[in-house]
Amino acid sequence: MSFEYAPAPESRSIVDLKSSYGLFINGEFVDGHGSAFKTISPATEEVLAEVAEANDADVDAAVKAARRAYDKVWSKLSGAERAKYLYRIARIIQERARELAVLESLDNGKPIKESRDVDIPIVAAHFFYYAGWADKLEYALPQNAGSRTDPKALGVAGQIIPWNFPLLMLAWKIAPALACGNTVVLKPAETTPLTALLFAEICQQADLPPGVVNIVTGAGGTGQALVSHPDVDKVAFTGSTDVGKAIARAIAGTSKKATLELGGKAANIVFDDAPLDQAVEGIVTGIFFNQGHVCCAGSRLLVQESIADELLEKLKRRMGTLRVGDPLDKNTDIGAINSAEQLARIRELSDIGEQEGAGRWSPPCDLPSRGFWFPPTLFTGVTQAHRIAREEVFGPVLSVLTFRTPSEAVEKANNTPYGLSAGVWTEKGSRILHMAGALRAGVVWANTFNQFDPTSPFGGYKESGYGREGGRHGLGAYLKGGE
Amino acid sequence: MATPTTGRIDVRKTYKLFIGGAFPRSESGYSYVVNDTKGRFVANAALASRKDARDAVVAARKAFGGWSSRTAYNRAQILYRVAEVMEDRRPQFVLAVQQSEGLSASKAGAVVDTAIDRLVWYAGWADKLTQVVGNANPVAGPFFNLSTPEPTGVVAVLAPQESSLLGLVSVIAPVVVSGNTAVVVSSYDRPLPAVTLAEVLATSDVPGGVINLLTGSAATVGPWLASHMDVNALDLVGIAGDTTLATELEVAAADNLKRVRRAPAAEPDWTLAPGLDGMTDFLEIKTVWHPMGV
Repeated sequence: MSFEYAPAPESRSIVDLKSSYGLFINGEFVDGHGSAFKTISPATEEVLAEVAEANDADVDAAVKAARRAYDKVWSKLSGAERAKYLYRIARIIQERARELAVLESLDNGKPIKESRDVDIPIVAAHFFYYAGWADKLEYALPQNAGSRTDPKALGVAGQIIPWNFPLLMLAWKIAPALACGNTVVLKPAETTPLTALLFAEICQQADLPPGVVNIVTGAGGTGQALVSHPDVDKVAFTGSTDVGKAIARAIAGTSKKATLELGGKAANIVFDDAPLDQAVEGIVTGIFFNQGHVCCAGSRLLVQESIADELLEKLKRRMGTLRVGDPLDKNTDIGAINSAEQLARIRELSDIGEQEGAGRWSPPCDLPSRGFWFPPTLFTGVTQAHRIAREEVFGPVLSVLTFRTPSEAVEKANNTPYGLSAGVWTEKGSRILHMAGALRAGVVWANTFNQFDPTSPFGGYKESGYGREGGRHGLGAYLKGGE
Repeated sequence: MATPTTGRIDVRKTYKLFIGGAFPRSESGYSYVVNDTKGRFVANAALASRKDARDAVVAARKAFGGWSSRTAYNRAQILYRVAEVMEDRRPQFVLAVQQSEGLSASKAGAVVDTAIDRLVWYAGWADKLTQVVGNANPVAGPFFNLSTPEPTGVVAVLAPQESSLLGLVSVIAPVVVSGNTAVVVSSYDRPLPAVTLAEVLATSDVPGGVINLLTGSAATVGPWLASHMDVNALDLVGIAGDTTLATELEVAAADNLKRVRRAPAAEPDWTLAPGLDGMTDFLEIKTVWHPMGV
């Protein structure tokens, strides 16, 4: 029996797309002087808008604007006053939530039910949470306890964010930076600039002092110019491990501080006493949420041998009910892959998985003819030597490995240069706590997965990066004496 | 210790490395001359090589699982024991500091006293760091959510060049109190207090490999530690002011994203009260979630 779902399209009309966008510097939209580029909808390949590219001179202007705003305005405001701007921004984000969600799904390709129910609400909550810290910074760092002076901001932060959660990653960067008294120059990813530019408009609506937030659109060149600008005090980057290492090298020997939130290859571990239906939901969320474009995705399923067959049968049945399609359809579970490049990478690694001998399976899927699509896929018979067990695919591809004993699960789970997240499924409390302690990962989800909250610190061990975003710990990245 | 003899020939010490709880010579066979501040010969110290550094990292990695899984209380007791044994050997340390740093007996005494007291201060942090650095998080949903600090792993420390005991203790204690293990390159010109400290460590219930002391050159050994893929973090205070070398080491450290405590412009004033950053720079924050529901 198959369910046919009637289309349930979300309307695009709420979004007022301009044909071209400039840079947002010093409170105004201005022309860029690099080569303008186009941003497309990955679901249909239609051009959404033309976007300016910030060249070195533009980046310099943005940093100068941020510095001026820091020196003359932002550093002179009390925390309570900074807080009020952030609260305004949080509230406007809530008011324009629908518009932001539709725009995010259009530009990124993610399903509207994710941008509407996950991304945008957490964005608003993130600004609201950090607004409340702005006037409480004397409690932010343990070493300040008892001192009556506030820790100081770092100054100007250069921030570079990825395309997988465009507005959410912007919130994770800008909210704590501003709360701590810094000003920012932020570069959104080149395939997903539009919600950042709408955010700039929101900053205008909130009457945020010019120069406190600057948005410079562009690609790798713009990012490099920002990282290497001598008047940037702090670099915050979320993206690939390779680029993270390049940034760490680039700032060596300077006084620039950096926090890096990089890749992952998380193990999602299912023990034989786990409630299997719940575990299946957790596995599916872990790797198919956001098309698997998640740094903390549960991309390696480690299932205890005795239940592997039963679990895989349930998992495949559940994968068969996932709906791949138009991101703006409210029934869609899996949206478009963000770009042609990313699709090519996913295809390449999946082909390698087959060549290396793993067993590839996807449910039958009608994929649209235009746009970038990949069906939810799993590989069985994967071992630690396989590239699809070691390398981040960043797509809806799950590698399935088995284990017999808990210590084998720990060893396999930790056998990776990454260390961002991990999942554990078991009903035994002492085993949950033991595994949580043994797994070398910055976030451990036990009997759940992909939970995020502004109060909860997020970040990696080892080559998944350093520094934390969220919670009290997230303030350390933007204060002197912190990270 | 070279003392003028009046009749009896003294049995002079061989100054060796401290790796894995044992005192090997450098595998290279090299040593170097250590003089006091007046240029008088004191000893030949082992000159640590690349292989010695790699052996030390192996020992530190081997010791990490055990050291980090001991209770915080136990680690605190062990560090306190180190302080007890140091206090017991206070005269020996005072002479070592006098000789190495050219201080008067009373000034050297003050340095040793501060070093011992500093160690006691750090020992007391072992079972309190979690309470001060960690916390529960009130997430907007029915979840238990807790953030706690964990040690990052093996930390390579280039110890200060001038402050041969107080500075040394001030960079080692904050690393190991939380469960990290350390590979330490001592001051080049002033290595002897480090060797004496190693002897104290060996007799204070510190498990072998938790603290490894290499006498020798930070400039020679540093690059091998900075590029070692099984080292998790790096403290560059021992090359304070050498911006070229510090940059080189920071670049090498990026290969596996070591957490780097950067070289300051000049050696810090170790008599100032330390903050928490010596400890927190080498901690990872882990956040655990679990649903709550009947």
